Amino acid sequence: MTVPLGEQLVAQGGPVIPDFGEGSDCVVDNRLFCPDWVRDNWSSVLQPALVEHIELTLIAVAVGFVLSLAAALLTHRYRHLERTFGSFSAVVYTVPSLALFQLLVPVTGLTVTTVEVALVGYTLLILYRNILEGLRSVPPDVLEAARGMGLTRRQTLWRIELPLAVPATMAGLRIAVVSTIALATVAALVVPKGLGYPIFLALREAFNTEILVAGALAVALALVADALLVVAERALTPWARARRVT
Amino acid sequence: MSGVAAEIAFDRATKRYPGRAEPAVRELTLTVPAGEICCLVGPSGAGKTTAMKMVNRLIDITEGDITIGGTSVRSLDVTGLRRGIGYVIQQVGLFPHMSVADNVATVPRLLGWPKARIAARVDELLDLVELPAADYRARFPAQLSGGERQRVGLARALAADPPVMLMDEPFGALDPITRARLQHELLRIQHELHKTIVFVTHDIDEAILLGDRIAILREGGVLAQYDTPAALLAHPADEFVARFLGADRGLKLLALRRLDELALGPLDGAVGPTAVSTTTLKDALSQMITAGARSLVVTDGAGEPQGVVTLEALTDSEA
Repeated sequence: MTVPLGEQLVAQGGPVIPDFGEGSDCVVDNRLFCPDWVRDNWSSVLQPALVEHIELTLIAVAVGFVLSLAAALLTHRYRHLERTFGSFSAVVYTVPSLALFQLLVPVTGLTVTTVEVALVGYTLLILYRNILEGLRSVPPDVLEAARGMGLTRRQTLWRIELPLAVPATMAGLRIAVVSTIALATVAALVVPKGLGYPIFLALREAFNTEILVAGALAVALALVADALLVVAERALTPWARARRVT
Repeated sequence: MSGVAAEIAFDRATKRYPGRAEPAVRELTLTVPAGEICCLVGPSGAGKTTAMKMVNRLIDITEGDITIGGTSVRSLDVTGLRRGIGYVIQQVGLFPHMSVADNVATVPRLLGWPKARIAARVDELLDLVELPAADYRARFPAQLSGGERQRVGLARALAADPPVMLMDEPFGALDPITRARLQHELLRIQHELHKTIVFVTHDIDEAILLGDRIAILREGGVLAQYDTPAALLAHPADEFVARFLGADRGLKLLALRRLDELALGPLDGAVGPTAVSTTTLKDALSQMITAGARSLVVTDGAGEPQGVVTLEALTDSEA
């Protein structure tokens, strides 16, 4: 069963006849949740889907982050670029995901590339805006002191502006990661990968357990990823929580 | 360019901004002798900060020149020039993500000092500004009071032992008590280190307290008068300077001198209110007024009478 869903949906004609195949009474009766099905299908269906989902997300956020950082640094240096980058990322963000896949398939085909291009596209607005905001949040007196002490422009960027942009950047990363995890389920329309694939299959057959478990895994993944980023942010910015002891 | 203080000389230094008819600083010529504090004062728009920032080229000189120890600031590499000049600003501008120690270590690191030397220097400087190193080294700026921040700012500016310091209203944002304390700290430190300091302030009392010399600028960046505080107060060059010094400039002048600087009159068994010889003339006058007396018996630290000071002696003291 590795034919992309998009094609399956197109190829399909008449009414769907539910077929839950061999299995326990629970599965045959299609009750809300069947632990035995999860047990039987964890290593063959759910775990691979989860790993694929993580891969899709990591690649998208990593590429999106690098592009956004580059764009934000260029904008920080050359202000007039803000209109171009800002409008581009905003326009991409407004295109519905299904439409974006549709637009990309003729170019990149039913491939992971199509999925990643779309996922990356959706991270750009959030990451670009947040990194730029972070770079601009450095107080003017801090910049003046840096200049007055003889830091070069590059030293000011690396030693002052980028570290001070970390909180805003991490806030952007958290949003980008969580939204990409949610959005990556739609990738199953293009390639049979990620937690979206078992959800789509199960939706067709209205198979409760698979929908529930795959959906719950996506939610759990988002929560865990967000928590990890919070921990990372705290480790990176000990100064942000420092308050005066009175 | 480190260690020993150097003379700063403004030579017809002028700053014009494009599109503005009048220069911000007009042909400023003055010399700050090595190891002295020069206070730049004047109303807003008189170009005092502009004049100061031309020294480390945060603002470029349009015409004329400024030399430090005989070397034109225009001939030096700008980052090297700035690393050799201590820079203190009103808002301090500590790096919020760095500890106190890392803030102070900024310029030594840029200069590539070895780690051990930097660590020792940081501790030495924190002690100098009376922030015990063990207690303050690891703190972040958000954990400091306003006064403590400016002490760190001062330590940071002194870190690489620059011969020259530029200070832009460094105590202007502090409450009066903290300000007075830091002013005296600066004088104590200056007494030890003998830096050549250009100190911008709009507070004439601060300038009189700190400045070995005061340059009074008027609107349009024109130097109105450059002299020692006592000479300025005794002989203001014109109406503008006199007004800027204030109607109480006579009292300010009295505040600069102490009773032990006067030739006292003979005791001749005089009795009356007493004042120790370290009292300023201003306080002595105040004491006469509150006591309704025309003379005071001046005593030494042990309370032993030394002589008599009269009201006439005070009024004649600067004439």
